[in-house]
Amino acid sequence: MAEPILDIRDLRKSFGALKATDGVSLDLKPGEIHALIGPNGAGKSTLIHQIAGSLQPDSGEIRFEGRDVKPLDVAARARLGMGRTFQVSSLAPEFSALRNVMLAVQARQGSSFRFFRPVMHDRRLTEPAKEALARVGLSDRADVPAAELSHGERRQLEIAIALALGAKAFLLDEPMAGMGPEGSQALTTFLDGLRAEAPILLIEHDMDAVFALADRISVLVYGRIIATGTVDEIRNHPAVREAYLGEGA
Amino acid sequence: MTRETSISILIVAGLLAAAFIAQAMGETFYITLATRMAILGLAATGLNIALGLGGLVSFGHAAFFGIGGYAAGILATHAFNSEPLLFGLPGTNQMIVIWITGAIAAALVAVLIGLISLRTSGVYFIMITLAFAQMIYYFAISWPAYGGEDGLSIYVRNAFPGTNTLAPMSFFLICFALLTLGLILFALMRDSRFGAALQAGRQNETRLAAVGIGPFRVRLAAFVISAMMTALAGALFADLNRFVSPSMFSWHMSGELIVLIILGGVGRLAGPLAGAIVYVLFEFALGGITEHWQFFLGLILLAVVLFARGGVMGLLAGRARHG
Amino acid sequence: MSLTLLIEQILNGLQFGVMLFLMAAGLTLIFGVMGLINLAHGSLFMVGAFACASVAAATGSFWLGLVASLAAAAAAGALVEILVIRRLYERDHLDQVLATFALILIFSEGTRWVFGSFPLYLDIPQLLSGAVHLPGGAQYPIYRLAVIGVGIAVAVGLYLLIGKTRLGMRIRAGESDREMIGALGIDIGTLYTLVFALGAALAGLAGAMVGALQSVQVGMGEPVLILAFVVIVIGGIGSIKGALVGSILVGLTETLGRFLLPHFFGLFMSNSEAATVGAALASMLIYIVMALILAFRPQGLFAANA
Repeated sequence: MAEPILDIRDLRKSFGALKATDGVSLDLKPGEIHALIGPNGAGKSTLIHQIAGSLQPDSGEIRFEGRDVKPLDVAARARLGMGRTFQVSSLAPEFSALRNVMLAVQARQGSSFRFFRPVMHDRRLTEPAKEALARVGLSDRADVPAAELSHGERRQLEIAIALALGAKAFLLDEPMAGMGPEGSQALTTFLDGLRAEAPILLIEHDMDAVFALADRISVLVYGRIIATGTVDEIRNHPAVREAYLGEGA
Repeated sequence: MTRETSISILIVAGLLAAAFIAQAMGETFYITLATRMAILGLAATGLNIALGLGGLVSFGHAAFFGIGGYAAGILATHAFNSEPLLFGLPGTNQMIVIWITGAIAAALVAVLIGLISLRTSGVYFIMITLAFAQMIYYFAISWPAYGGEDGLSIYVRNAFPGTNTLAPMSFFLICFALLTLGLILFALMRDSRFGAALQAGRQNETRLAAVGIGPFRVRLAAFVISAMMTALAGALFADLNRFVSPSMFSWHMSGELIVLIILGGVGRLAGPLAGAIVYVLFEFALGGITEHWQFFLGLILLAVVLFARGGVMGLLAGRARHG
Repeated sequence: MSLTLLIEQILNGLQFGVMLFLMAAGLTLIFGVMGLINLAHGSLFMVGAFACASVAAATGSFWLGLVASLAAAAAAGALVEILVIRRLYERDHLDQVLATFALILIFSEGTRWVFGSFPLYLDIPQLLSGAVHLPGGAQYPIYRLAVIGVGIAVAVGLYLLIGKTRLGMRIRAGESDREMIGALGIDIGTLYTLVFALGAALAGLAGAMVGALQSVQVGMGEPVLILAFVVIVIGGIGSIKGALVGSILVGLTETLGRFLLPHFFGLFMSNSEAATVGAALASMLIYIVMALILAFRPQGLFAANA
């Protein structure tokens, strides 16, 4: 069995008396889509924050490609290859879609301390960025400021940025949120192909998408993972049906 | 060429033309006004790197302006009195040496202030930069070696190879050349990879970090470069007045630099220069009418903030666009 | 250096700190509730001092002057809030800085226009003139002790106001959640004006009390304002408790630094050198303390939302 890219062991985080993350263990293996589902308030966002580095866990381990990343900040973890998208789109609003992606290309090339050459004439930046935009189908919106993009387009742009980063694993926080059925369908197809490039930890409410995509599903309830398994295992798991799908056992 | 660039070039060329017209009419006073505009424009362009591009509202840039000024004053005084300065090194009356010294001194101080203040943001950053500038202000007042509260006179304007700096037009051209260089540097940086990271950090710090660029180092570099440019302007300001005093460090000076940027247009290439031109004209025109001109300046500023956002450049070139 | 001198300096430091607290409390309250950075707070300090001095000169009564200072500063504060400040709540800090900087120019130059450039003087009221004996034989002015007393009373009053009253509950609600306060059916506009006027009145009170210790002149509020900024940066923006602790810390450090540092350097330097170095370092001391505190706690000692 392949070594997991992302490996989380017994992660704990409390806010006062609230145990937001209560001993979570989770891994992400090459080539898979691992979906994380759970009702609102289950602690999905808190978990993502800890993986990405914007929140420090109280205890537990987070390893990325075998390396302990707990001492690293958000930027350092991103440089290692964590490609994160946000639940609520987080973009540079004044920059065009293209420049938002170029920023990721620039970061990947590790060269932000160049003071003179104009970025817009730098093909090493523009070409990969255009390519990433093309892959998510945003080519014709490249010059539009992020603030003026539609909701769905912003979600696509987030993915393009993660692509341009050359991520070794994607952390996608509700990428389908607020998308129409058509958009969700297109994105589902896209993510299906993406897993060959890098594995995806997918947090998603859209169950159709989750059941269509996931190789494995973990169910988070009140800060604990109550079950992990294949789509069929999770569908038929009694505790999941009770706690999450809201059916009496 | 974008509309913004052409208007910027027009403003810069207009300043040059105004100085030549004043020269032709024999009105040296107006040349001095134009010189003042160029120097304040350069100082505010420096601040515009931190404030306009990086969103770092430094309320302490007077510290760097003053450091530049005192570099000129102190070096010139030692040269004038033929007293060694430090470790047997002499003073100098060469502007180029003074500029480099002032810029390096400002950079060192900016690193120290930046290391502490950039750990914070928002109102904390504003107040902390203000407080550090004030610390230097009080130090300048209470340290008697270089005039303390009374300041320091530069008896002969410092020298620049190949020109007579005492001729108003020559000195204007030196200041104008540095202003132009400063603007070119600003434009290059704005469009560069560094500028992209800096501006992205202003728009959305979370996004910048999520692609793997730590905002802190980018901001620190911007803060230091910004301080060096403002210090350079401070050295010129000292030579313009042939006098430096702690008032160059005062918080009114810091406020004035911010005012110039907002009057002209935050983050815009020629914004600070446009602001400086308008400000010096206000000062001159209103000052000729009433000794209480600052009262009316306050009213005008208030009106600009409340009703005319975007400043002169917003008026002339429309909203800023980012490729 | 004698013990009595030291005690006297400590009391001076306390008195200075208490005065800073009156300024800082208003600033931090306004920031905590409305999210506004108000540079013109020093102008309200000045308004209080001028109102007190001119009314006292006209009527011969310090006490009427004191009432006038409260009224004038509160009125000026309310007026400024209604005309200008309320348009700034939704703006970024840069706009707030510039607009309130413009207000300083208007207040300072306006005051100079009305009162001229010469300072006014304000006498200590009869009731509080004289001195008390301190243990050890030194004397200390009653007036300065009274200032300390007023500061303590205001601190207790603010504590009760914010902790125990309906208005205080609304202020706390406004700090934590602006939307909620609207949902509670509270008129935010009026609440904000009230809070601003309250902060202004405290600044005016400080100005009036200080007016009897130094000359009353244009620009007198600015050094105090900047130290008040240092206070709330140290204490944590939005925290009244932080403002109190920060004020006392700054007041004592500033006063004792000026007193002790020259003595300290006198131990290994000539007297004149020690005086110079001591004075220069003392002028920077409080900022060095601030830097040290921030190096360890970037959000201040009692950050409201840490």
